Amino acid sequence: MTAVADKPHLSREHMLDSLKQMIRIRRFEDKCAELYTQEKIRGFLHLYDGEEAVAVGVVPVLEKRDRIVATYREHAHALVRGVAMTAALAEMYGKQEGCSRGRGGSMHLFDRATNFYGGNAIVGGGLPLSIGLALADHMRGNDIVTACFFGDGAVAEGEFHESLNLAALWGLRVLFVCENNLYAMGTSLALSESETDIQRKAACYRIASEVVDGMDVVAVEAAARRAVHAVRESGKPYFLECRTYRLRAHSMFDAQLYRDKVEIEGWRHKDPIVRFQGWLESSRMIHPDDLARIEADVAAEIAEAVAFAEAGTWEPVEQLSRFTYAEKAA
Amino acid sequence: MTREAASSDTIEVTYRDAMREAIRDALARDDSVFLMGEDVGRYGGCYAVSKGLLAEFGAERIRDTPLSESGFTGAGIGAAMAGMRPIVELMTVNFSLLALDQILNTAATVRHMSGNQFGVPVVIRMATGAGRQVAAQHSHSLEGWYAHIPGIKVLAPATVEDARGMLWPALQDPDPVLIFENVMLYNMTGRLAKDAGSVDIDKAVVRRPGHDISLITYGGSLWKTLDAAAALAADNIDAEVIDLRSLRPLDDLTIMTSVARTRRAIIIDEGWRSGSLAAEIGMRIAEQAFWDLDGPIGRVCSEEVPIPYPRHLESAAIPQVPKIVAAAKAALGRA
Amino acid sequence: MVEFRMPSLGADMEAGTLVEWLVKPGDQVKRGDIVAVVETQKGAIEIEIFEAGRIEQILVDLDTKVPVGTPLARIRTEREAQPAAAAPAAPPPAPPAPSPAPPAVPVRPRAPMVPARPGPAPSAAPPLPAGPGVAGRARASPAARRLAERHGVDLSAITGSGPGGAITHADVAGRLGGITAPPDRKRALGLDLDAMRTAIAAAMARSKREIPHYYLEHQVDVTACEQWLARTNATRAPDNRLLIGALAIRSVALAARRFPAFNGFCRDGKFEPAAAVHVGVAIAIRGGGLAAPALHHADQLPLDQLMTGMRDLVQRMRSGRIRSSEISDPTITVSSLGERGVEALYGIIYPPQVAIVGFGKVVTRPWVVDGAIGPRSVVTITLSADHRVSDGHAGALFLAEIGKQLQEPDKP
Repeated sequence: MTAVADKPHLSREHMLDSLKQMIRIRRFEDKCAELYTQEKIRGFLHLYDGEEAVAVGVVPVLEKRDRIVATYREHAHALVRGVAMTAALAEMYGKQEGCSRGRGGSMHLFDRATNFYGGNAIVGGGLPLSIGLALADHMRGNDIVTACFFGDGAVAEGEFHESLNLAALWGLRVLFVCENNLYAMGTSLALSESETDIQRKAACYRIASEVVDGMDVVAVEAAARRAVHAVRESGKPYFLECRTYRLRAHSMFDAQLYRDKVEIEGWRHKDPIVRFQGWLESSRMIHPDDLARIEADVAAEIAEAVAFAEAGTWEPVEQLSRFTYAEKAA
Repeated sequence: MTREAASSDTIEVTYRDAMREAIRDALARDDSVFLMGEDVGRYGGCYAVSKGLLAEFGAERIRDTPLSESGFTGAGIGAAMAGMRPIVELMTVNFSLLALDQILNTAATVRHMSGNQFGVPVVIRMATGAGRQVAAQHSHSLEGWYAHIPGIKVLAPATVEDARGMLWPALQDPDPVLIFENVMLYNMTGRLAKDAGSVDIDKAVVRRPGHDISLITYGGSLWKTLDAAAALAADNIDAEVIDLRSLRPLDDLTIMTSVARTRRAIIIDEGWRSGSLAAEIGMRIAEQAFWDLDGPIGRVCSEEVPIPYPRHLESAAIPQVPKIVAAAKAALGRA
Repeated sequence: MVEFRMPSLGADMEAGTLVEWLVKPGDQVKRGDIVAVVETQKGAIEIEIFEAGRIEQILVDLDTKVPVGTPLARIRTEREAQPAAAAPAAPPPAPPAPSPAPPAVPVRPRAPMVPARPGPAPSAAPPLPAGPGVAGRARASPAARRLAERHGVDLSAITGSGPGGAITHADVAGRLGGITAPPDRKRALGLDLDAMRTAIAAAMARSKREIPHYYLEHQVDVTACEQWLARTNATRAPDNRLLIGALAIRSVALAARRFPAFNGFCRDGKFEPAAAVHVGVAIAIRGGGLAAPALHHADQLPLDQLMTGMRDLVQRMRSGRIRSSEISDPTITVSSLGERGVEALYGIIYPPQVAIVGFGKVVTRPWVVDGAIGPRSVVTITLSADHRVSDGHAGALFLAEIGKQLQEPDKP
């Protein structure tokens, strides 16, 4: 059992790491956008710009044995969790060297080794899955935590309510992380929920809950530490609403007719990377050299991932029907 | 394979008893097996299949759920992905529609979509079929729909032996298996070997060998088809009756071998006619046994209506012995 | 210098229209800058540039719709392009050339690549006992069996050319025509379309040169015909149904018996009326072939047999199994373009015949019946006849007779 720390380590090393992770995500998503416009990545692409503090604040707090269920906007969660950037990008290219053999693409990153249960294109679809994973652990009597990420849009789905109820009823170790970015595709929260204070809904299921500023990586981490600890110790679910914002459109092909530029600019001032970096600079925790090194490392990692994906191979068409069912060992 | 048993080694059981015994046996043999669904515990099961199991195995393993089909089916899927062997009981196929997203978009797709990293060894049992005058929303036969989906397997036990024997191999299967139990079969009795155990879950079986026509069917329609075969015999028509047992995968070999011999085929399927499983089987016969046919392929399905409430209309809406007999005779030009 | 191209913004975006430039030549741009606005089916979307440098030249005017990938501007970059941002090649369907030394990335162990099992593949035919489905029974299609039964052909004597050696309708038809089924599919057609075209050209040219044609047209109410056909066909299986074409041929045949001037041959300017009535049925084949083989004794055949005979001619015509006698035997020809055709069809006489009757398509027209106007099914029949042998007066009577015969479809 690891020693529990309610407060995040505010060591320079840790801070630099958090900053690097957020920058790494931001640059990666940016590269994905570029590759998408060049038709290297196809289908749908949902980018995480602006929400980095949530993945970076929550995911590292989980233990390797814990489980993660995410949404179609999951590149960040996968990368922070430890899915190789090479494998992630190759997956988005559709190459068989991708983490899901190229079969899933951007919305379906899976990784067994890091207990990463996908990537899900059905809004709310991952919630019952997380209940099941936690149920298995409950029945086995261990204290593994399942973190389930979802957006404000999922709150409208019946599966949200069914899952919260089951988690509370059966006492399951589920950490519900609601990434409330105020929009479900093009529908604002205000136009979709009678009660827009999402974490209040958890109370109806007698689930402990908390709201946190999702643009502040330190705050998110602190809340996540408390939450994960509580879930693991109490055996009960916890609901963490992270209030955040996506600076890019819902997906690449989105004219954003549903929100105005003034609002976006307003949130851009709260950009989690800019804020954190600024705070670190003013606290003298970071030097220009550090930043240069971070950018260089990140650029190199991305270049390597692109090269890997470009060099990747296509799964032979003859293999199409493999892995629809399990294969018996020869 | 079906096993012969001397009558002294057999007992008379109901289909319901046989299914209960299958569940009990699985629970006893494997700690990772548990049953989850609405009213499976305290109520004893909507069709009394799980009666007594709560007392025997406790509330963790006989797990009553709220009315959250999508939630608890998804939970069963997730638990299976994490290494348990859940039996999810959806009260009927009618309510399974609420869980269709989890069944199709998670259970059926995860293995392929994750590049074989995760499988879903879940078993989902559902009651299906009409005949109890419970009207349109409670009388569907949608197993044919489910048989359309790649990534899952679909079974339709029609005998006490299959009710007893299909569950364990289904639980051992690394992929999702759906088991459809026709509501009219629960009270049916049959003789079962005392030491009855597992049966295969991918083969069809010839229940009545015959010479003149192949009657291909499954589930609740099996017994009507056997009755029809008896009636046809009185008219000198020797019908072969095939029990499909597995709807996905279909056992093409057994079907085509039969049709090659009899040269005529009728499929009896309680689903609605259009786009039915019967249509799929008919097409396979046309693809694989065309040159052996001596007449058009026929089918007896439910009429294209929502199942009505009054007895005479409900009866008229679903396959019945006279319709099967008439179809067989027409196929032989003996209208 | 690199090109900034119209980006793909979505799987279903094929093109976009530039509606606004937010930069001009000379402007410095960096990665992530919004440089233009593109109108798409979803609305106006701002597009960003992924290069840093100076705008050199705008290549596309505003309000032009251009496909994804079209160069929109040229950018002079500040430094060598990174390998990742290299000038985009055309989207390769095949993997591109590997870049320098792929790094040592720990490869996740995959499940062992077992040889692919066919699995529950429904499309795979099951291994049935080899040979015919039932011992000693020939594999023959239902159509083949029916034809064989009708003509008393022994199936076991025929080698099948269908899948797996099955006997097809064409195989049986070939046996009937006295020609064995040729192995070669091309020859099996038995038609040399080029030669046929040449022959038609020669015959038609000769006809126009030598035969003074006159033309008459007659509109006939065939409502009664259609109603009778509908009633008769209602109780028949599809391959047993009668078509109006059969009635047309019979009407012409019966009329030809009463008006011998239209039934026979004109050779060296001398007319020989024919003893029998063999109606040539003009049949077109895909690819440009045309011939009019004879339906012998069409005036004496019961309608069912006439219909069967017509079907058989068409079938054999299409598979090249017409006998030469059938080509030279017709004493008068009937031509129809069917429902696809036009309202009136003026044929050219096939020498040495002296008449050709054309049937247009059946149309619904306002018609006067018993003093009232109502919709009736009407067909235009035309006569092209040899003026050396008959004249308009006779032609008119002939056409009128055809029309009269059409009013009695149920005549045996």
